[in-house]
Amino acid sequence: MKFLVFLEHHEAVLQKDSLGVLGKAASLGGEVEAVLLGAGVEGLAADAGRYGATRVHLMDDALLAAPLPQPRVDALETLVGEQDFDAVLFAASVLSADVAAGLAARLDAGLNWDLTDLAVEDGKLVGKRPELGDSVYADVGWTSEPRLALIRSGTFEPAESAGTVEVEKFESRLQDFSLAATMLEQAHEESQGPSIEDADVVVAGGRGLGSPENFALVEELAKALGGAVAATRAVVDAGWYPYAAQVGQTGKTVSPKLYIACGISGAIQHKVGMQGSSVIVAINKDPNAPIFEYADFGVVGDLHEIVPKLTELVRQRKAA
Amino acid sequence: MKIAVCVKVVPDGQLRLDPQTKRLDRSGEATLNTFDVNAVEEALKLKEAGSDVEEVVIVSFGPERGLEAMRKALAMGADRVVLVSDEAAAGSDLVATSRVLGAALERESADLVLFGQQAGDSDGAVLWAAVADRLQRPLISQVAELSREDGKVHGKRQTEYGYDVLEAPLPAVIAVSDAINEPRYPSLKGIMGAKKKPQETLSLGDLGVDAGDAGEAGSRTEVYALGDPPARGDTVKLEDDGSAAEKIVQFLLEKKAL
Ligand SMILES: Cc1cc2nc3c(=O)[nH]c(=O)nc-3n(C[C@H](O)[C@H](O)[C@H](O)COP(=O)(O)OP(=O)(O)OC[C@H]3O[C@@H](n4cnc5c(N)ncnc54)[C@H](O)[C@@H]3O)c2cc1C
Ligand SMILES: Nc1ncnc2c1ncn2[C@@H]1O[C@H](COP(=O)(O)O)[C@@H](O)[C@H]1O
Repeated sequence: MKFLVFLEHHEAVLQKDSLGVLGKAASLGGEVEAVLLGAGVEGLAADAGRYGATRVHLMDDALLAAPLPQPRVDALETLVGEQDFDAVLFAASVLSADVAAGLAARLDAGLNWDLTDLAVEDGKLVGKRPELGDSVYADVGWTSEPRLALIRSGTFEPAESAGTVEVEKFESRLQDFSLAATMLEQAHEESQGPSIEDADVVVAGGRGLGSPENFALVEELAKALGGAVAATRAVVDAGWYPYAAQVGQTGKTVSPKLYIACGISGAIQHKVGMQGSSVIVAINKDPNAPIFEYADFGVVGDLHEIVPKLTELVRQRKAA
Repeated sequence: MKIAVCVKVVPDGQLRLDPQTKRLDRSGEATLNTFDVNAVEEALKLKEAGSDVEEVVIVSFGPERGLEAMRKALAMGADRVVLVSDEAAAGSDLVATSRVLGAALERESADLVLFGQQAGDSDGAVLWAAVADRLQRPLISQVAELSREDGKVHGKRQTEYGYDVLEAPLPAVIAVSDAINEPRYPSLKGIMGAKKKPQETLSLGDLGVDAGDAGEAGSRTEVYALGDPPARGDTVKLEDDGSAAEKIVQFLLEKKAL
C-alpha cells in the first residue's frame, strides 16, 4: 500500500501529530511518502525522513505561505493526479480538516474522520472510529481510492527512525477562488496566563457556568484543592477566560491526577486534551452529556449548588 | 444580498446506532442541531445590521420529517426553508452530502453561506470545506467573531496556535464557532408566524442530482462493523440529591486524590 501523509508545520517545525501519523503508516508496511506545502519549508523535509517518510513531495511557493486550506487542495489534487496513492492521511487540525474535506469533494473520494487507529486487514485498510461520544466503536472503510483519513489529534506518538529521504518538487496551478481568502493576522500563541500543564489538580469550567463572573466558582475550588483552572474553547472563544487556560484539540493537553469538569459537555475536541487525567470527575445537569461516557465519577446536577459545597468541604478537610 | 444557513436535524436526546443498517437511529424525536442555531442567529444579526440583506434562507438535507424541527429557525426570524429530502439519499456520506447540498446552494446562489460548528450526531466539523470546494467559493471556518464591510467578510478564529484573522470577498462560505453569539429564543409571535412562511421540499430530481450520486450509491465510505468501546474501570454516575458534594469528597478520598 502506498501512503501519502500531509505534513503540517508551524514556525518552521513539523507538527508532532503529523509525524505520529507518518510513523503509524510506516508500521503498516508499504511505501510511506509525505507532502510538504509552504514557503521556504524545504529544510523540513529531512525531519520527515527521520520519522518514517522515504520521499517528500514538496511544493514551495509564496502563495502557500499562509496556512490556508484551499490552495492546498489544488496542490494535493495535482499531486494525487500525477501519482497513485492508495491513501492520503492527515493528522486532524483546523487546517488539515478543511484540506481533507475540500480534497474529498474535489476528487470524489471518501473521507473518514476522527480515526483513533488504522489497520490493514485482509489487504484492506480499516479505520477505527469511536462514535457518539465514544460510546460505540466502528470499523470503517472506503469504496474508492484514494482513501482519505483524518486521525484524531494526539493519537500516534512520533517514532524516530534512521531513514534518508528523497525530495521531489512539484508545481500546481492554484485556482482563483482558492486564493480569494487571505490571512490578515496569523495566529501566534498567547503565552501569558496560568500554567495548567504542570498542575496535579485541574478544575475546568465550561459554558454551564453561565457567565464569566461564575468562573470564581471554579477558581475557589481550584484554590481549595491547590490546583489550576482550565476552560473549554466555547468560553475562551466567548472571551470569558484566557486562551492559555484552554484544554483540548486547539488548546493544551493536560494529564493531572485529578480533573474536575464543571458545566462541560465533553465534546471530543475537549476530551483529547484531558483524557490522560488519572481521575475525572464531572458535574453536569444534562444526564446525556457526553462527558459522562468517560468520567470516573459523574454527578447529574446543578454546578451552582454543588461546586460551592464541594469547595467548602475540601477546605474543611484541608484545615482538619 | 441573500444569506443561506445550512442546518442539520439530529435526534433529540441519547443517540444510538441501528445495528442493522449501522446508521444513526432517526426514528425518535428530532431537533435542530444546537450548533446550527448559532449560525441562524448570526445570519439574523447580519440581516438586522445591514439593510441590504433581503433574505435568510435555511437549507437542509435529510428526512422529510425534519421540516418541523427546522421551523424553529423560522420562528427565530428566518424567512424561508428549503429541505432536500429523498428516499434514495439515505446513508449519504460526506462526498454525497456535499454534492446534494452543493446543488441546493447553487440553486439559491446566496452571497453568504453559513454553517454551524459541527453536527452533534457525527462530530465531523468538515462539511463546509467540501461544500465550499463544490461551490468554488472562499472559506473561513471556526469563526468566533464575524464582521462585514464593503463586500467582504472578516473572521476571527482559533486554531492550534492561537487566533487568526481572515478575510474573504463575497460570495463566501463561513462556518461559525459555538461561542459566536447567544441565540435568541423564538417569540410567541415568531412561533405563530413560522408555519405560514414558505417551506419547500425538494427531491434529488428537482436539483438535477442523479440518484446514483447520492445515498449509499454516491458515497465512498462504508461501515464494516460496530463494537463496544474498550472496557473501563468502575465508573459512577449519580443524580444529585443534595449530597453530591459529600459523595465527591468520599470518592476523592478513596482514590487518594484529596
Ligand atoms: C476544530 C475544533 C477544535 C476544537 N477545539 C476545542 C478545544 O481545544 N477545547 C474545547 O474545549 N473545545 C474545542 N472545540 C469545541 C467543542 O466541540 C465544544 O463546542 C466545546 O468544548 C463546548 O464547550 P462547553 O462544554 O463549555 O459548552 P457546551 O457544549 O455548551 O456545554 C455546556 C454544558 O454545561 C451544562 N450545564 C449548563 N448549565 C449547568 C448547570 N447549572 N450545572 C451543571 N451543568 C450545566 C450543559 O448541560 C452542557 O452540557 C473544538 C471544536 C472544533 C470544531
Ligand atoms: N444534512 C445537512 N444538511 C444541511 N447542513 C448540514 C447537514 N449536515 C451538516 N450540515 C452543516 O454542516 C455543519 C458541519 O457538519 P459536520 O461536518 O457533519 O459536522 C453543521 O453544523 C451544519 O451547519
